[in-house]
Amino acid sequence: QPVAGEVLDHLEQLALVDFRDAEGVERLRRAIQFADQLHEVNTDGVEPMDSVLEDRCLYLREDDVTEGNCAKELLKNAREKVEEYFVAPPGNIPLPKLEERETFLQGS
Amino acid sequence: QVSAALKEGHVTPTKLCQRCLALIKSTKFLNAYITVAEETALKQAEESEKRYKRGQPLGVLDGIPIAVKDNFNTAGIETTCASNMLKGYISPYNATVVQKLLDQGAVLLGKTNLDEFAMGSGSTDGVFGPVRNPWSYSRQYKEKSISKSHSEDEESNWVITGGSSGGSAAAVSSFTCFAALGSDTGGSTRNPAAHCGVVGLKPTYGLISRHGLIPLVNSMDVPGILTRCVDDAAVVLGSLAGHDPKDSTTIQDNFKPFELPSLPDVSKLSIGIPKEYHAPGLSSEILALWSKAADLFKNAGAKVIEVSLPHTRYSIVCYHVLCTAEVASNMARFDGLEYGHRSDMNKSTESMYAATRREGFNDVVRGRILSGNYFLLKQNYENYFIKAQKVRRLIANDFLKVFGSGVDILLTPTTLSDAVPYREFIKEDNRTRSAQDDILTQAANMAGLPAINVPTALSERGLPVGLQFIGRSFQEKQLLTAAKWFEKQVKFPMIQLEEVKRHSHDIFQHQKSASFS
Repeated sequence: QPVAGEVLDHLEQLALVDFRDAEGVERLRRAIQFADQLHEVNTDGVEPMDSVLEDRCLYLREDDVTEGNCAKELLKNAREKVEEYFVAPPGNIPLPKLEERETFLQGS
Repeated sequence: QVSAALKEGHVTPTKLCQRCLALIKSTKFLNAYITVAEETALKQAEESEKRYKRGQPLGVLDGIPIAVKDNFNTAGIETTCASNMLKGYISPYNATVVQKLLDQGAVLLGKTNLDEFAMGSGSTDGVFGPVRNPWSYSRQYKEKSISKSHSEDEESNWVITGGSSGGSAAAVSSFTCFAALGSDTGGSTRNPAAHCGVVGLKPTYGLISRHGLIPLVNSMDVPGILTRCVDDAAVVLGSLAGHDPKDSTTIQDNFKPFELPSLPDVSKLSIGIPKEYHAPGLSSEILALWSKAADLFKNAGAKVIEVSLPHTRYSIVCYHVLCTAEVASNMARFDGLEYGHRSDMNKSTESMYAATRREGFNDVVRGRILSGNYFLLKQNYENYFIKAQKVRRLIANDFLKVFGSGVDILLTPTTLSDAVPYREFIKEDNRTRSAQDDILTQAANMAGLPAINVPTALSERGLPVGLQFIGRSFQEKQLLTAAKWFEKQVKFPMIQLEEVKRHSHDIFQHQKSASFS
């Protein structure tokens, strides 16, 4: 069962990752088909499990600063920066619509 | 053994380090290492030497050369996860496990190769190329393979290491280091351990800190330990386990490092043989070895019974959904702003992020992100993600039931077959391969249980085959005791590598035999 074009477009926007080609789309279809096997299992009355450590009380630190002051160190890995700021291109501009994007999905 | 040698001065840490570095160079064709930290390693070795001269070594691991999978952060050393997204990324800090090893005086030789972002079961899908299994070049394998000429044999017949910690497994297997760190989310430490003939330990989830391990699936990832013998694994575990305030998923119980008995006794154990692990596609060789192993335990007085883990066959599907969902979330941090690759696209933040991720991730990673996002869509959340979480509980409960009925340890195969040749492996895509290869190892991650691969015998093709032991949560001592007993029984043969012979030197021959403890 193929996945609807709008869903594919929506996924590309959510993930900010593209399908690249027909193979990518097929990969998703097969992944869904594979996952559908889950529905064979009867899970009535079963609670979802988030973590194997759910029976334990996990440790949360006090909100005290114990280390830091390493802005210079951390900025070393950023490509575009100005003083202690990471520089990003203008925000609040939505990803171009399907027709205008460089994406394989345009054909479909 | 090597630790004792260092203590007695038979060999110095710097000499040891130099030999390992030289061996790394001569085994470059294995492609096990992405980065070799020659300068810093030698410096660490020198510091270690000074300590030994003063008679004050930090411990058993002082001066021992180790390697670390390239998805652990290592301060000042490039950490790439075998991806274009992190090429050139120099970590500003050490992962907790790396720091612990360094604090014990271990010498960090370099970062090992893996599947991109640890996604895969062959160590073939990283940007630095595939890792070659050292056993491809062993006399044992060559003798068994039909080849027309020597060069054709090596060039087209080489087998994979398994994955995703293939580089670490190959590094330990080829004697370039005495222990290596891997990671294990679906079997990524045990699978290559089985194919490369080394011990691969997956500790209980929550025992060892994940701080600094670039995450794949936060609820299943654990750092893995690869060594040449079970005693060594116990030593490394002892130096790594314990609560880390920087990782709130580590339990707070006091961990006491332990030494395994020199004469382990299994007569009081109850060994479970889960029938569902007789999976389709399991090679008859491995089936026979599994059966022989069960008999060994029986003859030693252990109680060996067949058990059932009914939801085993769904663990792979469950993993598929939960893994891709967590991956979709974890990979969101790679946007080019703070670190890693950044695209030149400058029109808007979103288009820059999209271009960066298009350029930085390979097909496998992108595929998993997209699948994960699909399962997390509002219309799918209940049917896929929540459903998978429910199935996860059923799988974990299967184990609880079996352990609750008196079984101490489960004995299963680790892989369906011995290592396949690379040219065959790549005929199927990554997801199909992972689904096939992870079938026997994945459930332990689902339930958070400790598991270990112990090299058992050579296959008809002359390649290693291992068996897996799965234990109760936090019962690593019992698990490793049984593993050590088994290891002593099977006496797995040493790899006969021609390269090592060329480097033949009395002292080195003595060390290469196996362990450092």
